[in-house]
This record gives sequence, C-alpha cells and structure tokens, in this order.
Amino acid sequence: MGPQLGPKIGVVTFPGSLDDQDALRAIRLCEGEPVPLWHGNDTLDDVQAVILPGGFSYGDYLRCGAISRFAPVMAEVIKAAEAGMPVLGICNGFQILCEAHLLPGALIRNDVRVFVCKDQDLRVESVDTTWTSDFTKDQDITLVLKSGEGGYVADEETLRRLEDQGQVIFRYTNGNPNGSYNDIAGICNERGNVVGLMPHPEHNVDSLTGPTRDGRAVFSSVLNFLTAKV
Amino acid sequence: MARVVVDVMPKPEILDPQGKAVTGALARLGFDGISVRQGKRFELEVDGELTEERLAEVRRAAEILLANTVIETFDVRVEELPEPSDDHDQSEPAEEAELATQAG
Repeated sequence: MGPQLGPKIGVVTFPGSLDDQDALRAIRLCEGEPVPLWHGNDTLDDVQAVILPGGFSYGDYLRCGAISRFAPVMAEVIKAAEAGMPVLGICNGFQILCEAHLLPGALIRNDVRVFVCKDQDLRVESVDTTWTSDFTKDQDITLVLKSGEGGYVADEETLRRLEDQGQVIFRYTNGNPNGSYNDIAGICNERGNVVGLMPHPEHNVDSLTGPTRDGRAVFSSVLNFLTAKV
Repeated sequence: MARVVVDVMPKPEILDPQGKAVTGALARLGFDGISVRQGKRFELEVDGELTEERLAEVRRAAEILLANTVIETFDVRVEELPEPSDDHDQSEPAEEAELATQAG
C-alpha cells in the first residue's frame, strides 16, 4: 500500500470563487485529500464529497449563484447529491445549492443593507448530518461571517418543515446579523448529506489565521463519515 | 424578430432591502409619500416568428433562470418592434410614435 491518504474531497472553483483555496487547505489540515475541481468540467474526479466554496461566482450577476448553478460540473454535483454524496455549500456555495434546489428557500440581501463581516456566534442545532456529526448538540461556536446577501428566507410551510424535521443545523446567536428567518445560519436536506451555511468554517481551522478552530469539526465530521464508510 | 419583455419582482411578502434603500433616499431628497419596490426588467430579442411555442419557451427560460420563483414573480409580455420599413409603410402613425418613445 502507498502512503495513507484520507478520503478525497473536491472543491469546485467557479469564476469568481474566493475561498476555494482556504477550503482545500482546511481539508488538508483535517487530513483529507483535497481535490481542486473546475466548474467547466463534467466530472467529479472520483471524489467522495464536494464543497462549493464562498466567493462571488460569476460576479453575483443576475442573482447570487444563479449562473453557477448551471455550470457543467453542477449537473454532476446534483446527480451525486441526489445519490447521497456529502455536499457542502459555504456562503456563495449555500446560495448555489438553493438556486439548484438541492436545498429549500433562498438567500436575499441582508436586511441591514450592508455587507456584514464579523466573528459570528452560532449554535449547532443538529449533529445528525454528514457535516456536523463531530459537534455536540447545542454547542456554541464562533465562525467568520462575511456576506452581503445572507438573509435566509423561505415560505412558512418550508420553515415549519425545516424546524419540525431538524433540518435547521446552525442558528445565529447573540443577534441576527442579516434578517434570516428564524435566525437560520445553515440548513440541510431531508437526507442530511447536503448542507449549506452562510458562515465560513474553512476560515476557522487554524489559530494563526482565525479566532477559533470551531470550523474544523465540519471537515472532520465528513472525513470520519467517509472513513467509516470505507 | 420580436421583443419579449420579462419583468421580475420580489414577492410582496419578501423583504426588498434595495427598494427600502431607494425609498429612504427619495424621502431624503424631498420626494415624500413614495414607497419603492425594486425589480428587474429583461428585454429579450427573439429571432424568427414569435409562435406560441416560442413564447412558451421564453416563459420556461424566465422560470428556470431569469426569476427565482422561491422569492420572485415574473411577467412575460410581447412588444411589437417596428418593421424595417423602406419598402412599404403599413403601421399607423400613433403606434409608431409610441414605439419611438419606448425606443428612446
């Protein structure tokens, strides 16, 4: 056997992605094998999980994530997600997942009408997902939040369903920074393999570059899940 | 060739921060009692004859890409374009005037 490599996790780079390198680095720090993926490719290169990173893909033209959602690689991501592959959308990635209808609801401009950039307090509401199993339920964490269109909205029935089925997995605490309904910072699909959140766990993996290392559990969760599966 | 206009608006129950900002700016400029909601207007130049099928296709495009129906509504309407008229003039003058204003 060759050198022991962790599970392969792909990070898609769209034109205008910003945090793809940090996401790749976070995977490496958590001992996974990071695999850069290109938006124009129609293959996922045998990765076992996919991350759609933060940034301003396609310049946020039309609506955030609206153009990227139709990038060639997304057809594969959607197929894989529906087959149960772990998929995480961070910030712009969350917006793309909503535009792709892999997650319900939508993200609109912050109600405060300014870009918000801060260390944001959150509560982990659910650990029953592929991306949050290494947290403890109701754990208080702090992650970087930096977004102009982070207001999560959905119709009442969708909100009720998300709450009833435990699909709200991160909630803003100590103040709602952007007008998100029910203080929602992150949600998952019914199966729990697709997760989207506005804050940036990939910026909080190293004491040198972030105020906390709370983001690590997101990456270790999926890596443990994938290792156990093998 | 035909022009199809697609208007996209945020649903009434969805907060419209852009509209609110514009409303606030208008009030500061002394335009009182005006409340704004901001949407988008798309002008689509459609090649060939605008058949019902073609129009249905445009509606599908609006639903799939131009609008996000989770948060927005859209409206599709056809605008007649002036004929490239050197040979014969069959449009009524009133209609032409209106079209000229729209083009301007």
